[in-house]
Amino acid sequence: MQDSKRYYKPDVRTGKEGTSYEIYQRCLIIRLNDELDHHNAVKIREQSDKLIDRNHIKYIIFDFSGTDFMDSAGIGVIMGRYKKLVFIGGKIAVANVSSAIDRILRLSGLYKIIEKYDTVEAALQSFI
Amino acid sequence: MDNTNRMVLEFESRSQNESFARTVVAAFAATMDPTLEELADIKTAVSEAVTNCIIHGYPDKIGIITMRCSISGDEITVEVEDNGVGIEDINKAMEPLYTTRPDLERSGMGFSFMEAFMDELEVESVVGEGTLVRMRKRIGKEAIKGYTQHTG
Repeated sequence: MQDSKRYYKPDVRTGKEGTSYEIYQRCLIIRLNDELDHHNAVKIREQSDKLIDRNHIKYIIFDFSGTDFMDSAGIGVIMGRYKKLVFIGGKIAVANVSSAIDRILRLSGLYKIIEKYDTVEAALQSFI
Repeated sequence: MDNTNRMVLEFESRSQNESFARTVVAAFAATMDPTLEELADIKTAVSEAVTNCIIHGYPDKIGIITMRCSISGDEITVEVEDNGVGIEDINKAMEPLYTTRPDLERSGMGFSFMEAFMDELEVESVVGEGTLVRMRKRIGKEAIKGYTQHTG
C-alpha cells in the first residue's frame, strides 16, 4: 500500500503485550490488558516511558479493567512512573481496580502517593 | 483426610514462565475449593517466588526452576527452588523494600507479599548452590465460599 505513507503514525500505539495506550492532552492512559507481572512489566515500562518523554506527559491513569492480576512487579512499574512525574508536579491514578489488585495496592502503601478512581473518566476529570 | 496430592514441575528461568507457574499452581489447588481471594493469594506468592529465581537466582543465565506442590487435607505446600547464586543474608533479603536490583525497578516487596499472602514462609539458601522457598497456606479459613462458582 503506497498510500499508507501519507498517514501519520499515531502517538497512540498498541504494545505487543496487549496493553494499549491513549493520550489525552498531557495525560497518558495505560489500559492494562495483561497480567502485570515482571514479564509484562519490562515491556510496559519501556513503552510508557517512551510516550511520557515524547508527549510531555504529566498525568498517568492505569486502567485495570482488562486485568485481574498484579504482583510486586506492578508496584515497581507504578513507583517508577511516579518518580518520573513527581518532579514536574504530576500525578498518578488507578481505575477499575479489582479486589485482588486493590489488596496489593493497599498492602504496598501505594495509595499514599497515588489516587484511586472508579472509572478512567473520573480520574481524567480530576486531572484535566 | 484423604485429600492428598502432589506434583513436581521443572521449567526454565524465562520470564514468560512466571504466569505459567502460577497458573499451574492455581489449577492444582482448585481441587481444594479455594475462594477467589485464596487463589489470588497463592498466585501472587508463587509469582514472587518464581520471579526471584529468574531475576536473582539466575541473573546471567537460564537455569532450571523446580516447583513442588503438595496438598494435605486443607493445607497446600509450595516449594520453589533454584540452583542459582544463593542469598548471602536472608534476613536482609526479606526486609520490606530491600532490593539488590533497583535498576530493574524491583520494589523490594517480593518476600513481604509471600509472607502476607501465605500462612508460613521458609527460606533456605546456600551461596553458590541455590535457594529454596517453602510456603504453606490453609484453604477454607474464610467462612464465605461460593464466589468462585459465581465468577468462574
